[in-house]
Amino acid sequence: MSQLQTAFELTKRSAGSVPAPAKAVAEVAKLIDISRCIGCKACQVACMEWNDLKEEVGVNTGVYENPHDLTPATWTLMRYTERINPETKDFEWLIRKDGCMHCQDPGCLKACPSPGAIVQYTNGIVDFISANCIGCGYCVKGCPFNIPRISTADNKAYKCTLCSDRVAVGQGPACAKACPTKAISFGTKADMKKLAGDRIKDLKSRGYGKAGLYDPPGVKGTHVMYVLHHNDKPSIYAGLPDNPTISPLVELWKGASKYAGLAVIGLSVAAGVIHHLLTGANRVSKEDEENAERLTGGKK
Amino acid sequence: MSHDAHDGAPVRVRRYSGSARINHWITGLSFVALTLSGLSLFHPTLYPLSALFGGGGNVRWMHPWIGVVFAVGFLGLFLRFFVANLPERTDWQWLARIKHVLAGREEYLPEIGKYNAGQKFVFWSMVVLVPLMFVSGLGLWETGLVWVEQTFGYKATIDQRRLAAVVHALAAILMIVIWIVHVYAAIWVRGTLSAMTRGSVTGGWAWRHHRKWLRQEVGAADSGGKPPPKQQAAE
Repeated sequence: MSQLQTAFELTKRSAGSVPAPAKAVAEVAKLIDISRCIGCKACQVACMEWNDLKEEVGVNTGVYENPHDLTPATWTLMRYTERINPETKDFEWLIRKDGCMHCQDPGCLKACPSPGAIVQYTNGIVDFISANCIGCGYCVKGCPFNIPRISTADNKAYKCTLCSDRVAVGQGPACAKACPTKAISFGTKADMKKLAGDRIKDLKSRGYGKAGLYDPPGVKGTHVMYVLHHNDKPSIYAGLPDNPTISPLVELWKGASKYAGLAVIGLSVAAGVIHHLLTGANRVSKEDEENAERLTGGKK
Repeated sequence: MSHDAHDGAPVRVRRYSGSARINHWITGLSFVALTLSGLSLFHPTLYPLSALFGGGGNVRWMHPWIGVVFAVGFLGLFLRFFVANLPERTDWQWLARIKHVLAGREEYLPEIGKYNAGQKFVFWSMVVLVPLMFVSGLGLWETGLVWVEQTFGYKATIDQRRLAAVVHALAAILMIVIWIVHVYAAIWVRGTLSAMTRGSVTGGWAWRHHRKWLRQEVGAADSGGKPPPKQQAAE
């Protein structure tokens, strides 16, 4: 979505920095209310239609997920979990719309080595700029939610853009527009939190004591949030991370190891130069050659 | 050993065969290409290095394949040289007198065979680091991961790939440092480079730095190419 770089100001840019934004912009968010979702996949269809994606025809293995995972052509995917609630003995069908969470502290952006291939706009949306993407897959390792997918067709990374092209012209994301039960809302993050608050109050009054908003602080909050009826255990929703953070391995890889590594390499070169200045070249002397001559008989 | 010495020109001792040198330079050139392409993705300030390969997209697919060439090349070097790099008692004496080594006072050092303890350190460091780089590199390479899954039925988890990234970065830094030591030693000790360019060194070079090896070579030549007898040659 490179045309948007002019529509939005950047706050973060992979493998580089950006000047401080000129004006403050309200952060946006998508709120997915899982308690209202009926699993119809209209959002999945709308996403494919708006973004002109075409998934390959897959294989039915007797589960509802279709396709079976996120792919370069499936940026959002309904994930279904069947469960007996151990407290109420009720059967629960948990349906979660999976996709990029648009972290305020994006692990993908931190891991990306290609300047400007991943950006974050001032409104919070994290976007992949395909023109700059080199397809290395570092974003896959950086992401705490296992979202980006690398296309084998063009070797670029793909994920949900939060319909940044629609947002740029004042529209909500395609998935939110298509949702028939208003399970998906879009607006400023402040408004979405307020809306979530009302929903959570309602859910609590109806027996879901642990209902809550999933806006994980480990990644400084997300611009895609969930209302969960069981906010005490997000992982029951098809493996939604309980407390997502950028992996310490990624922090080590992209943090200390870079600076320590370059320093160690620089010091090694400096040590060589200094050693040579101090000791001078280690040269073979005339006596060495004469001794060798004597040993070899002078005709070797 | 060549027989072309005449007055004024020092005797020359053969050190590396043509195939060993070709093997070495394939490995060495691929190492340099790997370092430049790898560093371009290592730190944003080094990203412009990717232009040497025609951009980041080319680095992404070329780097792993150059890595395969390098790994095969190094395997060749390993098979050629590992026997000569096995540790022996003089290595410990050499290490204990590292001060003299660094000062270039070789008269205080024991007589050295084909390789000294420093060269062996470089060799065995690479023996450890190259497989580490290769395996961790597979974990960072989309094509490599597909190959591993199809060949061994093993799918690396995201956390394993993250670990691979850390291992690859740290091992790469160590390798570059070892390489700097390797290249610096070849520059500092004058007369060394011809071993890898012409395949031979001067007799004086061999006398000064690898006297035991020189004696063995002379002994082998005198006994018609057979391995030298175990003799403690007198000074």
